[in-house]
Amino acid sequence: METFIQQIVNGLVMGSMYALIALGYTMVYGILSLINFAHGEVVMIGAMVTITCINLVSSIAPGLPGSLVFTAGLLMAIPITMVLGFSIERIAYRPLRKAPRLTPLITAIGVSITLQQVAMLIWGRSPRSFPAIFGEDAPHKLFNLDVSITNIQITIIVLAILLMAGLLIMVEKTKLGRAMRATSQNPEVAGLMGVNINTIISMTFVLGSALGAVAGALYAANYSRADAYIGFMIGLKAFTAAVLGGIGNLAGAVLGGIALGLIESVGAGYIGPLTNGFLGSHYQDIFAFAVLILVLVFRPSGLLGERVAERA
Amino acid sequence: MTEPLLEIQGIHKRFGGLHALNDVSLSIKRGEIYGLIGPNGAGKTTLFNVLTGLYQPDEGKFTFNGKDLFRQKPHVVVGSGIARTFQNIRLFANMTAKENVMVGRHVRSGAGVFGAVFRPPAAKREEAAIHARAQELLDYVGIAARHNELARNLSYGDQRRLEIARALATDPTLLALDEPAAGMNPKETDDLKKLMEKIRKDGVTILLIEHDVKLMMGLCDRIAVLDYGKKIAEGVPEVVKNDPRVIEAYLGVAPE
Amino acid sequence: MSSFDSMKQSRTGALVGFALMAVALVLLPVLFGKGLGNTWVRNLDFAMLYIMLALGLNIVVGYAGLLDLGYIAFYAVGAYLYALLNSPHLVPLLQGTGLEWILGPSIWIVIPLAALVAGSFGVMLGSPTLKLRGDYLAIVTLGFGEIIRIFMNNLNHPVNLTNGPRGITLIEPITLFGHSLGKPLHLFGLEIPPLYQYYYLFLALTMFIVFVSIRLQDSRIGRAWVAIREDEIAANAMGINTRNVKLLAFAMGASFGGVAGCLFSSLQGFISPESFGLMESIIVLSMVVLGGMGHIPGVILGAVILVFVPEALRDVINPLQNALIDRKIISGKIIDPEVVRMLMFGLALIFVMLLRPEGLWPSKRRRAELHPKTDDIARQEKDSVADAERNHD
Repeated sequence: METFIQQIVNGLVMGSMYALIALGYTMVYGILSLINFAHGEVVMIGAMVTITCINLVSSIAPGLPGSLVFTAGLLMAIPITMVLGFSIERIAYRPLRKAPRLTPLITAIGVSITLQQVAMLIWGRSPRSFPAIFGEDAPHKLFNLDVSITNIQITIIVLAILLMAGLLIMVEKTKLGRAMRATSQNPEVAGLMGVNINTIISMTFVLGSALGAVAGALYAANYSRADAYIGFMIGLKAFTAAVLGGIGNLAGAVLGGIALGLIESVGAGYIGPLTNGFLGSHYQDIFAFAVLILVLVFRPSGLLGERVAERA
Repeated sequence: MTEPLLEIQGIHKRFGGLHALNDVSLSIKRGEIYGLIGPNGAGKTTLFNVLTGLYQPDEGKFTFNGKDLFRQKPHVVVGSGIARTFQNIRLFANMTAKENVMVGRHVRSGAGVFGAVFRPPAAKREEAAIHARAQELLDYVGIAARHNELARNLSYGDQRRLEIARALATDPTLLALDEPAAGMNPKETDDLKKLMEKIRKDGVTILLIEHDVKLMMGLCDRIAVLDYGKKIAEGVPEVVKNDPRVIEAYLGVAPE
Repeated sequence: MSSFDSMKQSRTGALVGFALMAVALVLLPVLFGKGLGNTWVRNLDFAMLYIMLALGLNIVVGYAGLLDLGYIAFYAVGAYLYALLNSPHLVPLLQGTGLEWILGPSIWIVIPLAALVAGSFGVMLGSPTLKLRGDYLAIVTLGFGEIIRIFMNNLNHPVNLTNGPRGITLIEPITLFGHSLGKPLHLFGLEIPPLYQYYYLFLALTMFIVFVSIRLQDSRIGRAWVAIREDEIAANAMGINTRNVKLLAFAMGASFGGVAGCLFSSLQGFISPESFGLMESIIVLSMVVLGGMGHIPGVILGAVILVFVPEALRDVINPLQNALIDRKIISGKIIDPEVVRMLMFGLALIFVMLLRPEGLWPSKRRRAELHPKTDDIARQEKDSVADAERNHD
């Protein structure tokens, strides 16, 4: 039982990060019907830049409290990924908006590889460790059980909830949010109603990248390291989460992220016993793919997505 | 009494809350030109899609040429002898005119990978026959000279003709044409009418959707009228034309 | 497509051209070996492997329009099949089962078998994806590719089938007419080293695959593939069983990959899951896209460029960097040529799509498609795509 609760906790932590990234996928998909394949690499760049910035801040002003250093690092990383997200859209997607569907997907793959290789040129192949700015992050015992949770993990969950709530409020209540919703419903009509579609699309990429940067920084903090390769896997899983929740649907992305985190964590814990030791926990990564395939084959609209009725 | 070629009974098709086809029954006789008219959104194209297997009806009966085609896949429907064209032309835009028609022969030929790669005599003969038949059909609809042109570069009228040739390539018993005269000038429409009469003379039954009422009245042997997914009238053109329900459906008022 | 008449007229010319090309292809490894060293003969071998892969993926992506991002899985299937049957790895497992006879089969059996097994994998992985729209299909095939790699990495337990991340070693070279390609061949007083022998074998198989590709393209099946790519709904309404025809594309493409995998395995003598990652799938895709999707000469060109240029860069970059560092012009660490290579692939994908989406050497048809003559036609096409999506159940 305690193992089970521990897995739920771990699943929630992973799930919160997936959810933050999945929001980036789902926002872009909602507006452009495009899988922004490069989003995972934006997350990776966010993680790497945060590590570098934290090192920089620590060396300039040693002795600052960990949370302040982390915030400073994040505040430097977020604008960089925002610019990155903005540029990706301008360079690789905007000129191809009228092209056949697969064309922007291929450029997205190109962007993804390019970013990965650039990261390798800057930071090298081997992982960069996340500086120990939080001191010794001793795990807390939860409910006096043998279930532990670290400060970083608590931070992840809290920060993710705050950001997601903020985004949902922004989309529901602000003028920008309304314009975004209008554009995703029908870009042409939104354009006729005076919404500057290009600005909205850029804003979508910028916002998604900012959330991605935060997720990347949290990921690096949670695993105490990051490297140029993390973007692919985490991006793919977050995309799975977005599809699971119903792509294009913000609440769906959050739900899908958390659900995928839980499935992975619990699944990895029980796959061994369930298969009599034939498959071990190193098959963890298979869950995301299996979920992705099952959802797409049996319920392509996802958990919260609307079923698109066929029309004549 | 001759068996009808195509017979549907009690066909229903719903899209969510929309009851697109409500208990539609009709039968088409061998060798006739059967027209389908109705105001926009009456369910004509939906019925078309049901008859050609693109949509699966929710309930009802569908027999064609003595064969049960209820809820069959399009390729089975085509194999049984129903071919169609589309309201908004759907050619293979980047294939040549001739290749488009050759694709239509797919269902009447059988060469597999082995035949394609090693070209045994049978496969060679089949391929030659496909080429010959395609050229013949292009000639039949009157665009033989343009066989090597990409479909996208053909004029609108020629694209319509090419779509008919492609459908004829499947050797249909029933040819279903969805608004073939849409967007045509009177001269083109007249040519099209002649083409359809020629096709019928050559033994192919025709099912036709068209907005051009004048064309329909002059061409069709019988006409069915759909409104809000229901068949409200059926019969020879003169009778249908004067049916009060038809006039109401079109004009919104009942005649005095 | 040219008409029969003009083909007959140019037949003599074509024959002369073919003869010249044949001589050039036979002499190529000698030129490369003497001029550039044996590494380049090896690069030539790899160029052949990648041509086979690219032609296989071309059937799936270029003809049928299905963006498969997990294509390398079939290469892996072929490679592991050959490796398992031609290395001591399975010996302890098979001992006493009476199945030892399956080891060391003749190449005449193992290559068709690889095509068959990889083709079956193609059908297996293809069938659940067929109902998906293009971009979803890409992601799902990518997932499948990764799943296969994860299994290769982990199937060393509880039964050691793949030897996990350490891979399979001591793979026997191909034996042809009783002669092992791992040993020099003495013919007419000439000594032909193994790398050259492999080249000739690979060349022969590449020619065969090119032949199969051309024949398929000009057939009932090839037309059905293109029709599906152009307009799936219309293809279906014209009586094409789109499901089966798509599966056939997956199977054919996969079988080419399986054959290439077999050859790769025997040339290397060692394989591990590392050789079959997503990046490899993307490299092969880059070849198809760069050369010109759906156009056989273009795809071959794409493969050759993307094998040779990075190798040439490797020959240039390292010495150049060393020279610059020696002269203190730049300082610091050497840039990994592998990174430069991948960076090139990434940039190639972006800029080819932006500037020349039809590829370097496209078919006429593709060029027309991507450069519509009028906006009107482009709009029409967009409408039909929207329709296809709406009508697709």
